[in-house]
Amino acid sequence: MSATAQIHLTHLQRLEAEAIHIMREVVSEAQNPVMLYSVGKDSAVMLHLAMKAFYPSKPPFPLLHVDTGWKFKEMISFRDDLVAKLGLELLTHTNPEGLADGVGPFTHGSAVHTDIMKTQALKQALDKYEFDAAFGGARRDEEKSRAKERIFSFRSAQHQWDPKNQRPELWSIYNVQKHEGESIRVFPLSNWTELDIWQYIHLEQIPIVPLYFAAERPVVERDGTLIMVDDDRMPLKDGEQPMLKNVRFRTLGCYPLTGAVESTANTLQDIIQEMLLTRTSERQGRVIDHDQSASMEKKKQEGYF
Amino acid sequence: MHQSDLISSDIDAYLKAHENKSLLRFITCGSVDDGKSTLIGRLLYESKMIFEDQLTALEQDSKKVGTQGENIDFALLVDGLAAEREQGITIDVAYRFFATEHRKFIVADTPGHEQYTRNMATGASTADLAVLLIDARQGVLTQTKRHAFIASQLGVRHIVLAVNKMDLVDYSEKVFNEIVDDFKTFADQLDIPNLHAIPVSALAGDNVVDGSRYMPWYEGPSLLGYLEAVDVETEETSLPFRMPVQWVNRPDLDFRGYAGRIAGGIVRPGDDVRVLPSGKQSKIARIVTMDSDLDEAVSGQSVTLTLTDEIDISRGDVIATSETPPEISDQFDTTIIWLSEEPMLPGRSYRMKTSSRLVSATVNAPKHKTDVNTLQKLPAKTLQLNEIGNCTLAVDRPIAFDSYNENRQTGSFILIDRMSNNTVGMGMINFPLRRAANIHWQNLDINKAANAEQKGQSPAVLWFTGLSGSGKSTIANEVQRRLFASGRHSFILDGDNVRHGLNRDLGFTDADRVENIRRVAEVSKLMVDAGLITLVSFISPFRAERDLARNLMEEGEFIEIFVNTPLSVAETRDPKGLYKKARAGNLKNFTGIDSPYEAPENPEIEINTDDMSVEDAAERVINGLIERGIIEA
Repeated sequence: MSATAQIHLTHLQRLEAEAIHIMREVVSEAQNPVMLYSVGKDSAVMLHLAMKAFYPSKPPFPLLHVDTGWKFKEMISFRDDLVAKLGLELLTHTNPEGLADGVGPFTHGSAVHTDIMKTQALKQALDKYEFDAAFGGARRDEEKSRAKERIFSFRSAQHQWDPKNQRPELWSIYNVQKHEGESIRVFPLSNWTELDIWQYIHLEQIPIVPLYFAAERPVVERDGTLIMVDDDRMPLKDGEQPMLKNVRFRTLGCYPLTGAVESTANTLQDIIQEMLLTRTSERQGRVIDHDQSASMEKKKQEGYF
Repeated sequence: MHQSDLISSDIDAYLKAHENKSLLRFITCGSVDDGKSTLIGRLLYESKMIFEDQLTALEQDSKKVGTQGENIDFALLVDGLAAEREQGITIDVAYRFFATEHRKFIVADTPGHEQYTRNMATGASTADLAVLLIDARQGVLTQTKRHAFIASQLGVRHIVLAVNKMDLVDYSEKVFNEIVDDFKTFADQLDIPNLHAIPVSALAGDNVVDGSRYMPWYEGPSLLGYLEAVDVETEETSLPFRMPVQWVNRPDLDFRGYAGRIAGGIVRPGDDVRVLPSGKQSKIARIVTMDSDLDEAVSGQSVTLTLTDEIDISRGDVIATSETPPEISDQFDTTIIWLSEEPMLPGRSYRMKTSSRLVSATVNAPKHKTDVNTLQKLPAKTLQLNEIGNCTLAVDRPIAFDSYNENRQTGSFILIDRMSNNTVGMGMINFPLRRAANIHWQNLDINKAANAEQKGQSPAVLWFTGLSGSGKSTIANEVQRRLFASGRHSFILDGDNVRHGLNRDLGFTDADRVENIRRVAEVSKLMVDAGLITLVSFISPFRAERDLARNLMEEGEFIEIFVNTPLSVAETRDPKGLYKKARAGNLKNFTGIDSPYEAPENPEIEINTDDMSVEDAAERVINGLIERGIIEA
C-alpha cells in the first residue's frame, strides 16, 4: 500500500499545526511572553493548543486574565479549577483605580466600563509584568476589520496599533524583531472560524464553561437583549422581575454586557447544530460592538485587544 | 442529502463528515473592474457563510452605496478597514473563509492597484492556487500577465484562469477560446505546471458554484467544483523529509525533543536522518504528541521528534532525510522582491530570517531586475519598493536550504532592517553559488597572531566617525604620530584618500556610501590581520555599516570613536568649503545637510571637539587604548 496516497491532513489538523508553529516561534524569539486567557471558548482552544505545542513540557509562559470584576461567577470558578488541574501559572489583574472608583457597566455605561476595566487594565497588566508578546484568541472571521489583521500585530510602547504601518507576513516566516518597549499581540487562531472552534472543541473534548450550554437561568429582557442576573449588583428597574428561562451564551464576557439566547441546546452537538441553523453572527450578542460602525477598529487603535 | 438537512436530521454524521474536510488556500488576482470582489462575495454567499445580521447590513448597504440597483452588491461584503475607506489607502491583504461539504477555503484577497506586487506576493506566499480573473471583454491585459508572473515567481503551482463577464460577450465560446490561447502563448515562458480555464459570470452566477445553462459548450467543472477537487497535497508529501527545528524541548534530563513543523515529506520512527548544517547522522526514535506517539507524520504537521543518539541540535538546525539532505552554503543566487519605501542597499547588513533561523546577510547589487509588466530584464543598481530582481546574497554562516523551486518552506527567506525592524524584502533561493563544504580558508603559516607578536602589539581598528569637518582626520593624525613615536606599527585609512583610488568608482548616494564603507571595513580587517593598529577616518554616517565593520573584527578589536562636533561648529570650520557648496545646492547628498548622520549609540570613546584641544583628544584615545589593553602604558 502506498503510504503517500493515504495521507491527507484535515483542515483542523492544518489549523492546529499552524497555531502550534506560531506559539513555538514566539516562545523562541520573545523575551517574556504571556497568554491572555479570557475563559471563553476561544481561550479554551488556545490553551489546549499550548498544552499540545510544548508537550511533554508545560507551556513556558503564564496565563493572564484581565478580570473586570463583572465576569460571570461560573467563569471564575471554571478558570480556577482548570488552572489548578493543569498546574499552570495564572496572573489576574483588575484595574485598581477603576475598582476604587467603583467603575461598572450599570453606573458608567458599557463604553466607559470597557475602556477602564478592560482596555486600560490590559495595558496596565502588560506594563506591570513587562510582557513583550501576548497571545490572544481573536479570529479574522469575527469582524470585517479583523480580516486584514496580521497574525503578529505590533503595538507601540503606548500600545497603539497603526493599521497603515503593519509588516507584511510572508510564508510562515514571522518577523518577531522589535524595539525596547514595543510589544506584539499574537493571534494563533487567526485563520479559524467559529465553526472550526466548535468542531475542534467537539473533536478534542476540550472543557468549556457550562454557560455555553442551555440551562434555566434568571434573566431580564432589556432593549431586546436577555441579560442574566448573575449577582445582586444588578439594579432592577421598576416592575422588572427576573424570569427563569432556558438560555445559553454564544460568547462570554461581563455578565451585564453579554446577551443570552433562548435555547435548549445542552450538548456540544446541539450547540453546533443550533449555530449552523440560526443565522446570526456570534458578535451580535456583544453589546460593545453596537456602539458604532467600525467600532472594533477604533477600539483596537486605542489598544483594545 | 443536502447539508442543511443533514444538520437537522443527523448532526453527528454532519460533524463526522466536516471534521474530515481538507484545506485549500488560494489567492484571487484581478483589478477592481474584473469583478473579483463580486466573485468572492458570491462564493461566501453561496456557501452560506453570511449570517442574517450581515445580510441585512449588506442589503441596506447595497441600496445606499451599491452599484447593482435594487440587487445585492456582493462586492460590499469584502470591503476593508475604516481608515482605508476614509482615506482611500489600500495597504493590505484580507483573508476570507468559507467551506463546502468537502473543503475549507482560505482566500487571500489583494485589493487595489497600488502596492500590487507587494500585496500579491504576500497573499501568494501562502497560497496553493491562484484564481486569475480576466474580463472577457478586455481579454489578456498587461495586468493579467503581471499577476501570472508574480504567481509563478512565488511558486504557486496551480492557476485557474477565470474568464469573467461571459454574460457580456453572449457566452461566446470563440471569445473564451481566443483568450485562453492568448494566455497560453504568454504563459509558456513561465513555470505554471497546472493551468485550467473556466468561463464564468460572477454577477449572474454562471459556472461559479453550479454550471451554466448558457454555456453548454463548456464541459468542465464550475470554479467551486474545481477548487473542491484539485489536489495540492500529494506534491508536498512526496518531497524529501525536512523539519526545521523551532524549539528544543527539555522538560527534564531524560527527555530531549526537537519541536518543529514538517516542511516536506513524511517521517517515521527508525528513519535515518541527518542534522544540518553539522551533518551529524542519527535515527528517529519517536514522534511525540500529547495524544500519543505517531507511527508517521507528514508535511504540514507540528510535531516533536526524538533521536536515538544524543547530538547537539539547536533552533534553526534542519533535521532531514539522510538520503537526500538539503544543501549547505553561505552564498546564493536569489530572487528578491523589495517591500519597503527605503530602497535596497547593496552591501548593507540585513537580518535574514529563514524558516526559524535568524542570520546576517548582505545583498549584492542586482544582476538585473524584471519589469513585471513586460517581463523584460533591466539593468539595476538597487531595488525599489515593489521591484523584483535577481541578486547574489551572502550570509554570515553556512545554512541548510533547498531551492525554492523544490521546497517553498526551506527555500524562502525575509530580510529585516536592523534599525526599523521592518520586513523590507522577501526572497527565494534559486541555487547556491558555492558549496560551503568545498571552500576552505587558505591557512597561512604566518597568521594574525604571528604578525602581532612580531610587532609586539595587539592589532585593532580605531574607527573615527563624525560629520565632515568634525576633526576626525586631525585627531587620527595626532594619535598616529604618538603611536609612531612610541614604536607602534599603525596605518591610517582616510576617507578622502581612499576615494582617490580603491573607491574611485563610488559616488555619494546611500547605496555607494554603503559600498564605500564595506570595502574600507574589509581592507581594515586585512590590516588587522597584518598586525597593525589601523586608524579609519571616515564620516561613515550609517550605523548599520559601522556595525558591519565591527562584526568583521574579533571581540575587543573594534574601537568606535565618535568625534561629536555639533553641525554648527563643523559648518563654521568648513576646512574644504564643502558645507558652503552644499548649502548653495551645488553638492548633493552631503551628510548633515541633505543626507542623514546616524550617531553611534554606544561608542567606545566619545570626543567633543567643541571643548577639547586636538592634543587632549589624542590623549583620551591613547588612554582608551591602554585601558583596553591594546597598548601598554
